[in-house]
Amino acid sequence: MVKKLLRQNESYLGILILFLCVGISVANPSFLTFENISGFLKSYSMVGIMAVGTLFVIILGGPADVSFTAIAQAVEYAIVVMTLKWGGNIYVALLAAAVMGAIMGLANGFIIHYFRLPTIIVTIATFNIYFGMMYVITRGKLINNIHPLLKSFGNVLLFPATSKIGGTYGLSLHPLLWLAALLLGWFILRRTFLGRSICAIGGNETAAERIGIRTLWTRVFVFGFVGLLSGVAGVVHVSIVQSVVPNIIVGKELEVIAAVVIGGASVFGGRGTLTGTFLGVLLFAILNNGLTLLTVSSYWYNVAIGVVITAAITISAYQQQRQARRRVNVKVEGERA
Amino acid sequence: MEEFLELRGIHKSFVGVYALRGVDFSIRKGEIHCLVGENGSGKSTLIKIMSGVLAPDSGEISVEGRKVGHLGSGTSIGHGIHVIYQDLSLFPNLSVAENIAISELEAKGRSLIDWREVRGIARAAMDRINVSIDLEERVGDLPIGLQQLVAICRALTSELKLLILDEPTASLTKRDIDSLLAVVRDLQSKGIAVLFVSHKLVEIFAVAERITVLRDGETVGSLPSSELTNEKLIALMTGKTITQTRFQRTAGQGRKLLEVRGLSKRNNFKDVSFDLHAGEIVGITGLIGSGRTELALALFGVSPADSGEILVEGKPRRISSVQDAVKAGIAYVPENRLVQGLIMKQSVGDNVIAAILSRLLSPLRLIDPKKRREKSAQWISSLEIKVSDPAVAVQTLSGGNQQRVVIAKWLASDPKILILDGPTVGIDVMAKHAIHNIIRELAARGLGVLLISDEIPEVANNCSRVLLMRSGKIRSELDAEGVRIEELQRLVEAGQ
Repeated sequence: MVKKLLRQNESYLGILILFLCVGISVANPSFLTFENISGFLKSYSMVGIMAVGTLFVIILGGPADVSFTAIAQAVEYAIVVMTLKWGGNIYVALLAAAVMGAIMGLANGFIIHYFRLPTIIVTIATFNIYFGMMYVITRGKLINNIHPLLKSFGNVLLFPATSKIGGTYGLSLHPLLWLAALLLGWFILRRTFLGRSICAIGGNETAAERIGIRTLWTRVFVFGFVGLLSGVAGVVHVSIVQSVVPNIIVGKELEVIAAVVIGGASVFGGRGTLTGTFLGVLLFAILNNGLTLLTVSSYWYNVAIGVVITAAITISAYQQQRQARRRVNVKVEGERA
Repeated sequence: MEEFLELRGIHKSFVGVYALRGVDFSIRKGEIHCLVGENGSGKSTLIKIMSGVLAPDSGEISVEGRKVGHLGSGTSIGHGIHVIYQDLSLFPNLSVAENIAISELEAKGRSLIDWREVRGIARAAMDRINVSIDLEERVGDLPIGLQQLVAICRALTSELKLLILDEPTASLTKRDIDSLLAVVRDLQSKGIAVLFVSHKLVEIFAVAERITVLRDGETVGSLPSSELTNEKLIALMTGKTITQTRFQRTAGQGRKLLEVRGLSKRNNFKDVSFDLHAGEIVGITGLIGSGRTELALALFGVSPADSGEILVEGKPRRISSVQDAVKAGIAYVPENRLVQGLIMKQSVGDNVIAAILSRLLSPLRLIDPKKRREKSAQWISSLEIKVSDPAVAVQTLSGGNQQRVVIAKWLASDPKILILDGPTVGIDVMAKHAIHNIIRELAARGLGVLLISDEIPEVANNCSRVLLMRSGKIRSELDAEGVRIEELQRLVEAGQ
């Protein structure tokens, strides 16, 4: 059991996070407070939701989708404009965001499957189309006064409390949406044939086709699912920052992909878990938050992420080399293995 | 016995090129049958027709005496025909249980996964052939022999009447093959027919009741295996008689190129000593896991030895990296690369000098066109490669001339010692024959060749001496001239 646990990437990530938590709390005790934790969970829920989708793409076949931030961005802007124009309620807004996102994602899926093109190239192209079209239509205008329905959704607090300086805090709904995305992702991956098909295609696509797994439908589903989550992530984002700048989400894609890969997903496809993905995002959230609490300039955040990624990949490469060196190739007579 | 599957007059062509020209084939219930033929003989097309992946242009197919039209992919499985391809069609990232159960789950149209059902299906399939593999193990972590059994278990999850194994033994060890054959006999006792598609000839005789030989898209014979000898089979497959000659060392002992003294590496090999002379081909044989490949990798500096001495032309050499080995004049060619090393679309001249570019540099570290012309011309003439112009692409050359280009390429790089690891793994009879000739010619031109192979006839026929390895040690050194193949085979397998 312990041995099996030690073989898993998640365990190492968990230990790393634990050390970070201890270190930061020693330096600044306000780290381990409900107020602080709910704060960083909230600000990373968008990244967390998008990471679930990215995990699916990576399991399906390695190289990631990079257009999902453009989808989130376009949907975010569209929802702000549509709610200002027609009003409605948060459920309709979330549903509309999910549908719009899914449509854009499905387009990726169809192009990638029918023309057998590499994911990364297609999504760079559609990234530019989605993002560019939004700019053409909106001329890059910033909107500060978003509809109250989005604001009030963002302001809902569970377990509200008052802080020392008089502000109220509590658990907002965003981390719950993140949790919902994780649970949904887990259910699809572990408990449905569709989810197992995704893993199977990621492991050996030819074999999946021979068995009769519908690879077209599965691939299209995955990209639609990424789009759907991205749409929801867009709404989550606007309800947190309460304004929309047309290039605020774009640029996050590398951080999301990095979180998923740190979480143990194989860039060659076929492998990855939701626990790992959650821990990957959590690590980034804590790093970011810790730097702030330690009053280190936020400019260092990217450096810290870079160091973590480099460390993670070199450690795992080193482990593999060591394993290879230790492996017994031949049972030599008269020698103890 | 009753025929299970019968194909008559099967024709199939692809864009006007015939793959099959009136092939007849039949297999009885519970029969172990072999389908053999060289690459391009139509074997894979015929399998694809049996598995329903391809439809024949004309011809009749009947299953259990009843005529069926074309077998669709689904209908073929419905009739109980399953193919295990060479790549095994497994999912390395999924567990054993899931790999076995997945096609059954697909067939039942399950949309939700019940993991108890998955394990149950897997266990039932394993029980049918009395194997037990950890259900939760990832298939990618299993040795290839167990992976083969996982693939067979998957075929057993649905009704199985004919199991087609496409090239199953290409990457298996002797022990794996034995346990595979045990499973095959077990299937036979349950009335399941098994069709082997293979060009490794030794195993064929061990199991088959009948052998069907294809050549150029036609059936050239379907005979009981008792009526066939190895030579007869090769003649049927190739249409030519290949005379296996034994390697004759050129007269007189060449100078000593390599001396290995007490070479050891923990968990790899121990106390290995031998000599290699110019013009010699020394075979190193043993089962996978005997240390033969590990020894080669140490000599080439890929995973250097812990202790012991390596002397090249009498001078002690420290070989702790590939660069050291290359400097000492040692070249290493992994499986199949002897031929694959050619870049077919590039010119003869460029192929000849591909391995020695660094020696053709001008003082500015650019490739000197004059040196390049001279070098390629030198080797083309010295090996009598028949080509009007060195700029002609290699692919336009005849097979024999392509071989000369390979030889020229290796000679140009001027190694003294050439280590060949499994040079003919997975290739067909004619190509194998050609490669043996290349190796002999390289030796005749003064190289010392170490030929590592687990194919006993290969080492026996092509080597001057054979070193036999087992459990990391050299057990015996035999003069190939006197040794009988059967005896060598027995020595290799001894102590298993």
